[in-house]
Amino acid sequence: MSMKIYVPADAAARALGADAVAAAVTAEAKARGLDVTLVRNGTRGMIWLEPLLEVETETGRTGFGPVTAEDVPALFDAAFGDHALALGPVEQIPYFAKQTRLTFARCGLIDPLSLEDYEAHGGLSGLRRALDMDRDGIVQEVTDSGLRGRGGAGFPTGIKWNTVKDAEAPQKYIVCNADEGDSGTFADRMIMEGDPFTLIEGMAIAGLGVGATKGYVYLRSEYPDAIRVMTEAVRRARVFGLLGDSVLGSAHAFDMEIRSGAGAYVCGEETSLLNSLEGKRGIVRAKPPLPALEGFLGRPTVVNNVISLATVPVIFEKGAEHYRDFGLGRSRGTIPLQIAGNVKYGGLFETAFGMPLGEIVEEIGGGTASGRPVKAVQVGGPLGAYLPVHQFDTPFGYEEFDGQKALIGHAGLVVFDDTADMLAMARFAMEFCAIESCGKCTPCRIGAVRGVETLDRIGRGDGGAVEILTDLCDTMTDGSLCALGGFTPYPVMSALRHFPEEFSVSRKVAAE
Amino acid sequence: MSPSTSEAPTARIEEIIAEHRHLEGPMLPIFHALQEEFDHVPEAALAPIADALNLTRAEVHGVMSFYHDFRKAPPGRHVVKICRAEACQSMGSEALAARALEKAGLDWHATSPDGRVTVEPVYCLGLCACAPAAMVGDKLHARLNEARLDKILAEARS
Ligand SMILES: Cc1cc2nc3c(=O)[nH]c(=O)nc-3n(C[C@H](O)[C@H](O)[C@H](O)COP(=O)(O)O)c2cc1C
Ligand code: SF4
Ligand code: FES
Ligand code: FES
Repeated sequence: MSMKIYVPADAAARALGADAVAAAVTAEAKARGLDVTLVRNGTRGMIWLEPLLEVETETGRTGFGPVTAEDVPALFDAAFGDHALALGPVEQIPYFAKQTRLTFARCGLIDPLSLEDYEAHGGLSGLRRALDMDRDGIVQEVTDSGLRGRGGAGFPTGIKWNTVKDAEAPQKYIVCNADEGDSGTFADRMIMEGDPFTLIEGMAIAGLGVGATKGYVYLRSEYPDAIRVMTEAVRRARVFGLLGDSVLGSAHAFDMEIRSGAGAYVCGEETSLLNSLEGKRGIVRAKPPLPALEGFLGRPTVVNNVISLATVPVIFEKGAEHYRDFGLGRSRGTIPLQIAGNVKYGGLFETAFGMPLGEIVEEIGGGTASGRPVKAVQVGGPLGAYLPVHQFDTPFGYEEFDGQKALIGHAGLVVFDDTADMLAMARFAMEFCAIESCGKCTPCRIGAVRGVETLDRIGRGDGGAVEILTDLCDTMTDGSLCALGGFTPYPVMSALRHFPEEFSVSRKVAAE
Repeated sequence: MSPSTSEAPTARIEEIIAEHRHLEGPMLPIFHALQEEFDHVPEAALAPIADALNLTRAEVHGVMSFYHDFRKAPPGRHVVKICRAEACQSMGSEALAARALEKAGLDWHATSPDGRVTVEPVYCLGLCACAPAAMVGDKLHARLNEARLDKILAEARS
């Protein structure tokens, strides 16, 4: 009897013991003389079930989780049938079944480094279609899809590509921003580890569309697993002929390299990233010139987030219209929500834009992990606002969040229970800005340090300092070159606005 | 013994520079390769890098010092990075880390007197749905609690 078993090699699964589970599966199969093929897939994104072991059956894949190495012999004893950890068909688990998986359709399903698996599940059909189109047609398709940058700013991807397409230069570049520094986010990591060829295909299509033959992925050093998988995927893509002088046998060339970041949060900002890639200090550049016109080494450059680029293949595979038909208002398509922090069912949930925040947190996420009431959710990373429960009817969309003085950023949601100290969270936002500031502008570099001091004063019961804090935030908002200094006031001011009692004179008394 | 700054072999440094200088933007790849080899970026490498890339030594130093990752001296034998970002905080990482560090007699950025372990903060490891998280070398740990963090630190020191 031959059997196929999947144990994820995703970093989160590994951090929860997946390697030991995989080793136990191999050992147990050997001891029992069973013919088992073990596949190290990506994660399906249901992190609370990791390590999630799957077995291929005639009726699809059934799951068991969370599995420890010690559980493995009993799973074999039960012939992967009746067992306390049995979850049934994986794709029928409600958390999974409720999703619309476009960008992440293959993540967790396939062997991440098998191009054969990749093609068998729709991979490369987008690129093949793009190879039959001209540049204008390719860029138009992206524009028509309504895709907006998933890195945070939400800029329309087609418009950016068009600028690069129309620029005249001997060399143009595609730079993928894989710096994913925001707390609460892991979508980039998950897709790079679970379906790396999607990103490669997306970058190749971008190259065709704008006339760029070289690409770089700037990948944060905190993600050694993703660096390893992407590097190997690029190597295999070259051997296969997906990358190189003749992309899939066409007259078009495209090749790419993986580059490691070096622990600077600000290098996720696109111009800082370009400086870093060039080998300079990661100082933010003033715009204009736009990177689209003068980017890497002064050449026209598309800088796009991992998810923006990894969504391009499915847009070409299924058509712009198919993608655009999902969503709400000017937020088209799907968004991979990353539900994190103090939450019961943490993980990645890809869905059409428009789901109300409360539904995401309470119904999908199941409320807090601690079982206590939810106090607030920080959406969009360290530069994103804290949204209290009374804003939970806000639909997940760019404009809808903007209307609440909040942002969706890279779509990470960090849930806090009622024990959260909002003054401490505001202080942390300032501290983080001070640590990570590139140093170019005073309101950010000095303002953040003042912010920490001011919040300490408030913490000691100096209620008068609240006005100073507000002024400081105004100065940072108005006088910062980039969103590190400019948006740090979002978490700070939202904490102050929604939880003023925690910033008041009575705070100290209440705490005592 | 890790090689000290002055002992870093010049020949190997030159080799690493030569392997990477043809790249577009070779500086960070060179730093990473040096650090991979020597556990830090040897001071002796700055002048040859400057020569190879047509920069001043001060410029090369300026780039290196901008990034949190690059070390001037080798760290302890094991580097334990504990996440201090928001998702981990929401699961109590700050109190957890403070307690463990106190118990171990260590401070952020400090190396134990026996040179076995260096503890550093890190801001997000992408394990925010299974927080709190830490990384020892390249090995990741999630859903930390007091016992698990103590164990990680104890193993790193043994
Ligand atoms: C401080 C700071 C950090 C950022 N970090 C990231 C990041 O880690 N990943 C990312 O894609 N965009 C990040 N951005 C946004 C980028 O500047 C840029 O908008 C994005 O890469 C463009 O790609 P997109 O249009 O596909 O989103 C950051 C911006 C700022 C100001
Ligand atoms: S706001 Fe801060 S990080 Fe951004 S350019 Fe200014 S100093 Fe640099
Ligand atoms: S909107 Fe939250 S307190 Fe007013
Ligand atoms: S915030 Fe700690 S792993 Fe993301």
